[in-house]
Amino acid sequence: MQDSTPNKTKSDKAAPRVALYVTCLVNTLRPQIGFACVQLIERLGFRVEVPATQTCCGQPGYNGGLRQQAMAIARQQIALLEPFDHVVVPSGSCAGMMINHYPELLKQDLSWLQRSQALAGKTLELAQFLDQHHWQPDSPPPPHHRRTWAHHTSCSCRRETRSHQCAESMLQLAGYELAELQDQAVCCGFGGSFAAKFDALSSRMGRNKLNQVADCKATGVVSADLGCLLHLESLAGMTGLSGLAEKGTQDFLHVAELLAACQEPQQSSSDVPTS
Amino acid sequence: MKGPTPDSFRANAEHALQDATLQHALGRAQSGFVAKRAHAIAMVDDFEQLKQRAQAAKSRALANLAPLLEQFEASVVASGGQVHWASTTGELNQQVIDICNGVGAHRIIKGKSMIGEEAGLNAAMEHAGFELVESDLGEYIIQLAQEPPSHIIAPAIHKTRQQVAELFKQFHELGDRGLTQISDLVNEARQVLRSAFLTADVGITGANLLIAENGSICIVTNEGNGDLSASLPAVHIVVASIEKVVATMDDASDILEVLARSATGQHMSAYTSFFNGPKREADAGGPKQFHIVLLDNGRSDLLGGPFESILSCIKCGACLNHCPVYTNVGGHAYGWVYPGPMGSVLTPLLQGLKATTPLPNASTFCGRCEAVCPMGIPLPQMLRTLREQQHDMALDNLPWRAGLGFYSWLSLHPRLFNRFARWIRMGLKITPRWLWPRHRQAVQPQGTTTFLAQWQHRKTKT
Ligand code: SF4
Repeated sequence: MQDSTPNKTKSDKAAPRVALYVTCLVNTLRPQIGFACVQLIERLGFRVEVPATQTCCGQPGYNGGLRQQAMAIARQQIALLEPFDHVVVPSGSCAGMMINHYPELLKQDLSWLQRSQALAGKTLELAQFLDQHHWQPDSPPPPHHRRTWAHHTSCSCRRETRSHQCAESMLQLAGYELAELQDQAVCCGFGGSFAAKFDALSSRMGRNKLNQVADCKATGVVSADLGCLLHLESLAGMTGLSGLAEKGTQDFLHVAELLAACQEPQQSSSDVPTS
Repeated sequence: MKGPTPDSFRANAEHALQDATLQHALGRAQSGFVAKRAHAIAMVDDFEQLKQRAQAAKSRALANLAPLLEQFEASVVASGGQVHWASTTGELNQQVIDICNGVGAHRIIKGKSMIGEEAGLNAAMEHAGFELVESDLGEYIIQLAQEPPSHIIAPAIHKTRQQVAELFKQFHELGDRGLTQISDLVNEARQVLRSAFLTADVGITGANLLIAENGSICIVTNEGNGDLSASLPAVHIVVASIEKVVATMDDASDILEVLARSATGQHMSAYTSFFNGPKREADAGGPKQFHIVLLDNGRSDLLGGPFESILSCIKCGACLNHCPVYTNVGGHAYGWVYPGPMGSVLTPLLQGLKATTPLPNASTFCGRCEAVCPMGIPLPQMLRTLREQQHDMALDNLPWRAGLGFYSWLSLHPRLFNRFARWIRMGLKITPRWLWPRHRQAVQPQGTTTFLAQWQHRKTKT
């Protein structure tokens, strides 16, 4: 059923196949993060494919109590992704869903449980994947990204994929200056539908985080989870806190964007004709 | 007095966020707890191992709850005490009142007890005509203020020093004594409480642990008030819930190893006391009568189900202190006696899902509660299971139910899903500003279209 995008990379056909699961937020709102991921993973010699029928990991329904629906979504994503050697997800939240919660959801059905565990075994959050495969930068951070960044370690990278240190070390390896953000282990208040259901509370939590960003003198926020970034960005614009914002630059960026900026500009793989 | 209820959590929380005094009190207190716990845990070689042992002790106890409770009762009786069983909070209150009436008591001194709070024991006793004084400083303060506790180990943590001084001015004959220092406040309370201790006919305490092998109960406090409440009056009544029982003193000590470290960051609380039966011939002091009232209140129904392990909660408060929701809104917003993550699980289980629907939803699933819980209770997963039950009972709010259902359905239909993603992009671009929450900037999509559409486009181009 799946219509995987054919191999269009420079890497040879024998290279291991990586499925990029871009996540619904990246797909809809920040497509450039997806392209940054492709660049980063290809550089490591993998064949990147983007299964065209990918949708959402199912977390909104799962966390909203719609267990049956979440199970159906989990089964569909597993069937789609299991043919690949690796699955890379630029989000601790969605990766954590696949790694930890698909097996939980499907535990009643032995065969699906095994398939979900097999998928969990080859799924990694982006920074974790880059770290494991020894990604290296080609060049120092470009001038417009040269500033002090606050690394917001999302709760899911910290407690679901346990990969928040990977992003940190990749960013440092790339030469980014990271500020000492206090209370890094504290949630920014996003939490998916939580942000809408308890808007006042969620905003307070987000503003607490932004205050700490300001306290540590950072002028940009980087995170491995786009949900947190969008939540914080939407608040920063209105608080006047955003002394962060200099016109024309972006202050809330995904780890993939900062890292890809330190790779030699190359013709985007997707522009390369199929061999 | 109609206070906040669990059902009005959202409004309670918004109210709390606007309360500057409360925010001031919360801000100072929480950071202290977090740092002290972290320090205490860094001081031990292998906290994980201590946790494992505490958890093992508790799961053994839960697996044998009924026989352990019988053994506990037999041990208490053998040491000269009496055990009373209460399946509801009303029964508990009545039994305590009956015991007090039986000994002709009038004045009661009370140590801190969450079971007493759960049962509304103070109100019931005052209603029945008893004069009851809380001996724990925090409980005493909220008794004066006529408020429920806002934290399971620090009931008055929501009060600033100034507010406490005001209360004392209002209720005590102060003369010209000043109350500027914390020590003044503590001394002031001590003066008043001393006479309450000496004149009380009955002392009521809670219990942190019940030990089946010898019928002892264990109380940990930092003020020593529990000890005085238990041993000075002629009658000692212990109120506790059934899941407090453990098999042996060794099991109890395994749990004590993690309790104070997780709660206050001490390796041991200042007072860890064991009480066993009434005064014996050879004892220097102690009560003439020793009663234990054991409360079920729906707990035994949780055994064997998805929520069983919430019964291993030792009420250390770590999940509250580390919860980003609790630390921003305080305990009263949760509308009942158990706040924070453990409260958001326990309150719906004890009070029913219907009157408590906001609580399981008031979590970002950040997971920090589970990470710090010494008993390894999977609090987020339990909250999620409660949400599932709400959904099955159609208690979730209709637009959300429909919206999440639709999104889940879309997620199973990739072509439509991707078309929908493009519509969302368009929608966001044309949504008028006033449709967004005022304090948020509109989220704008970037790039020309969705990632998948761009990718497909490049594929077909080449
Ligand atoms: S749930 Fe865990 S962390 Fe929270 S009070 Fe109970 S034992 Fe402590």
